[in-house]
Amino acid sequence: MVPEFGYGILFVTFLATLYSVGAAALGGLRRSPSMVESARRGMMLTFPLLSISAGVLIYLLVNNRFDISFVYEVTSRSMPTYLKVTAWWGGQAGSLLFWSWLLAAFASAVTLRKWDRDREFLPWVIVVASTTLAFFLMMVIFFENPFARYFQTSAGVAAYTIPPAGGVPFMPPDGRGLNPLLRHPGMVIHPPMLYLGFVSFVIPYAFAIAALVTGRTDDRWIRLTRRWALWAWLFLSFGLVLGGRWAYDVLGWGGYWGWDPVEIAAFMPWLSGTAFLHSVMIQEKRGLLKHWNMILIVLTYALVIFGTFLTRSGVLSSVHAFAQSAIGPLFFGFIGATFITSIGLIIWRWPDLHGEMEMSSMLSREALFLLNNLLFMLVLAVCFLGVLFPLASELVTGQKVTVGPPWYERINAPLFAALIFLMGVAPLSAWGHSTLRTLGRGIWKAVIVATAVTVGLYATYTKNVTALIGFFLIALVVAVTLHEFWRATRARQRAQQEPFPVALGRLVGRDRRRYGGYIVHLSMMFMAVGILGIEIFQLETQDTLATGESIAIGGYTLKYEEIAEFSHKQGHDVIRAVVGVYEGDSYRGQLYPRIDYYYDPANPAETVQPMTIPGQRPTLKDDLYVLLIDWQPATSSGATFKAFVNPLVNSLWLGSFLFLFGVLVAAWPGSEPERLSARVGKPALQPTAAD
Amino acid sequence: MTARTASRAFLLVVAALLSFMAASARVLPAWAQGPTPSDDAVNAIAKQLYCPVCENVPLDVCPTEACRQWRDLIRTQLAEGRSEEEIKQYFVANYGARVLAEPPRSGWNWLVYVLPPAMILLGSWIVLRAFKSSTRPRQASRTSAAQGQEDRYVAELEQELKKRT
Repeated sequence: MVPEFGYGILFVTFLATLYSVGAAALGGLRRSPSMVESARRGMMLTFPLLSISAGVLIYLLVNNRFDISFVYEVTSRSMPTYLKVTAWWGGQAGSLLFWSWLLAAFASAVTLRKWDRDREFLPWVIVVASTTLAFFLMMVIFFENPFARYFQTSAGVAAYTIPPAGGVPFMPPDGRGLNPLLRHPGMVIHPPMLYLGFVSFVIPYAFAIAALVTGRTDDRWIRLTRRWALWAWLFLSFGLVLGGRWAYDVLGWGGYWGWDPVEIAAFMPWLSGTAFLHSVMIQEKRGLLKHWNMILIVLTYALVIFGTFLTRSGVLSSVHAFAQSAIGPLFFGFIGATFITSIGLIIWRWPDLHGEMEMSSMLSREALFLLNNLLFMLVLAVCFLGVLFPLASELVTGQKVTVGPPWYERINAPLFAALIFLMGVAPLSAWGHSTLRTLGRGIWKAVIVATAVTVGLYATYTKNVTALIGFFLIALVVAVTLHEFWRATRARQRAQQEPFPVALGRLVGRDRRRYGGYIVHLSMMFMAVGILGIEIFQLETQDTLATGESIAIGGYTLKYEEIAEFSHKQGHDVIRAVVGVYEGDSYRGQLYPRIDYYYDPANPAETVQPMTIPGQRPTLKDDLYVLLIDWQPATSSGATFKAFVNPLVNSLWLGSFLFLFGVLVAAWPGSEPERLSARVGKPALQPTAAD
Repeated sequence: MTARTASRAFLLVVAALLSFMAASARVLPAWAQGPTPSDDAVNAIAKQLYCPVCENVPLDVCPTEACRQWRDLIRTQLAEGRSEEEIKQYFVANYGARVLAEPPRSGWNWLVYVLPPAMILLGSWIVLRAFKSSTRPRQASRTSAAQGQEDRYVAELEQELKKRT
């Protein structure tokens, strides 16, 4: 009865979302507040309903109900309870329910706000959020039911939503267990973060559509959703970083990012979202680029759904798998329909969306932001091409090809370099008007610092030209950004007679978006150092050693001391090697690279993919990363190790903490009064960089 | 047994021996040629190839048994004295172009190399045009749109005030 209850609740929720869509649209068209209110209540019903349904699924997961096909696929008796709970998003059906549940939470939260003078947006925000929710619920209910049960019929055992005639319920003794790759703490948090990011971008999109439908095409929708967009971006960014960390810790190939289509699927909305965060500022400050901001948020929404589609439809493994999957074509249809409708609305409102001011200087901040948008869009287009080309190739020529890291890196590296350069220049340019002379006055000190750093690195660290260009740009951005903090704080210190730390704190507090943004820029530079380090300077070696033998890599000597085999209480076997680490002559401790062998409880003879877990020794200088590749049980000799030295990579992970801090500074709800319009009419009154 | 059949049998034995030698020549003398190629030499090539059966996994890190055998195949071929390019071509010939990290530069695949520079040019052109067009003021349309909006807000404000008083 329990699974049927969960499924029934899903169905009721689906009806509630359909009702909300209809009532909100009608209420919006007829200007009937009571209809809209009814739609709002319908919308708010979805969150508690989906919470009950999710609760039922978690109950089934935790209680080993292997007669439910989803429970059978993602859990097993030996798994600890917390993993059984998080197995909720460890499979297709559950993760679609998880997506829906998050969306219901966000949509309910947004409808709870005080609408006051924005009341006309409300019905259309409900229409967009509910339509999206209805689509995902439709997937869950009709195609990926997490509550489907096994029945034995004359044709064999299969999962059914509606019990077949003459079918006998079937309960396997144990489940197959969660894919071992997904049992890592990073993988437990990574999907929720990514989904939170995906889902929260639905809200700014909903407001944008509401603005288009109602004709309130000023920047109100942007101001209302600024924080939503920032939080969405935070979650998405953090989801990406966690995914990278997971790959680094679990996949055992010494890297964190492989330009894999699944990674790119999450990276693409991040790119358009980042462009959006920058370009909305031009609209707020200068009343420009209204068309473009609409297009960007529509694109971001489409890419959010497209990302879910790419990872969920099976299209990546083969175009033919896509054709066979039930949900692939539906996703495709939904993306197409929403995209065409949105673009249609933009075209309809095109005349209302013209800029209110002119762009007067190629070096003004808005012009540089425009360049920033161009670069983000180019990286996005490259990613899009790279993901779709193998599919197109399979369709056209029948031959599969791989578009791998060398291709992406060759094209994207100069684009990223240009983005970093802009990060250095843009903070110095003024809204409205800048000249080479004003920019030059702001930047010369930073250029001297960056040159000094580069010369120093050339003398002591590397002669690699690409690396030196990268370090120069990074040093430039850091110098410009820190100088901005320094200059403004000093000015405030003098004006207000405050001690330096107080002045700094108040400075940031008064313009949190700006200084939070600068902190994010700094964090990006930390990450860039890590990326340059691992991309350009990574060392790698592999050898088979007998106990007592050693290999050398990048100043380290690794001595194979012993190996042991034991069974873990969670049911998998572990082969664990002990490796002594020497740096020069000094002993630095031990590393324990290991291989975990998981078994399919339903089919114990068969090993699931073994997991190669590295032994790591992180320092600021580099990360020593040792893998146990192979071992011979019969002899004491013969264990194969692969070792990497990844210089500077820990700067990438440290940078992610600073990044989190920066976005929190910018996005944290505060008491700062919402400025109605910061836009100034005459260019002469524009705040300059010196403000 | 006639002389003819005897000579035929002799020929057959020679042929069999020769073909056996030819077959084993691919492996045996090679081992004798020098030391076994190191893991690093094998990985240097495997890194540039993609697992022919998994999705997007480079051959040097793929943990499957099949990939282990493919790495051994690279080692064997290196020991035979084949060059890096020959080994890559061997894999392409046997498993298709998908084993290469990038599509081969031929025919339809040229698209993936031509499009990015084209996109960069097109994007720059669009932005330049957008910049130029936005430097032209749009006084007329701005006032009318802003006017309409202001009117509506004024009306709403009036209503709101009336309600409160």
